[in-house]
Amino acid sequence: MKLSIQVNEGPYQHQASDSAFQFTKAAIEAGHDIFRVFFYHDGVNNGTRYTTPPQDDRHVVNNWSELSAAHDLDLVICVAAAQRRGLVDEGEAERNGKDGNNIAPGFRISGLGQLIEAGIQSDRLVVFGD
Amino acid sequence: MTMLHTVNKSPFEKDSLTSCLRLSEDGSTILLIEDAIYAALEGTTISDSIKEALKTKKVFALQEDINARGVKNKVIDGIEQVDYAGFVKLVTEHDTVQSWV
Repeated sequence: MKLSIQVNEGPYQHQASDSAFQFTKAAIEAGHDIFRVFFYHDGVNNGTRYTTPPQDDRHVVNNWSELSAAHDLDLVICVAAAQRRGLVDEGEAERNGKDGNNIAPGFRISGLGQLIEAGIQSDRLVVFGD
Repeated sequence: MTMLHTVNKSPFEKDSLTSCLRLSEDGSTILLIEDAIYAALEGTTISDSIKEALKTKKVFALQEDINARGVKNKVIDGIEQVDYAGFVKLVTEHDTVQSWV
């Protein structure tokens, strides 16, 4: 079955990003296709590579990046939510005159249309977050 | 059409579970995850509402989140426990998923 996941909460906030990650992993293990993971609202903070948790803590951002690399996941960050929170890729940094970018590997920035498309193309859309 | 409702907040923090119980149709399924686990426990002010819901709806709770909170022995009879694989299965077995965030 084709599944998409929406994450509305940042890492280390409550539990939603961890739940979404565990759910995504379990869905892949069960043989389902993940059409897209869409990060919205504070969920965009799951995609900044400057995240540096203590060594004995889980690395939420790297977990997503590694899962994406292993299973070719499409991790999409909402552009409007990202701009508000200071998250930019190379193109957005240049367009907005920023001195660098902070997007994590495996993530890409795009618009809300990607969420709508995920809803249409997937058999199920599961939302995690506040 | 069958609907899976997921609730992730404690009923003592937010009204999302109350809304879910009020608006979900008979025969639907409710899955309690994260802090909504506190709604699955015996002896709270919301226990009776859950027991009432169990008469017409199926209620599940996520095992990992129950164990993380150390409340395995306090879960109301009739609430079924599922792991993440079971969560995925519930999602695929129902036609739609409504997340009460």
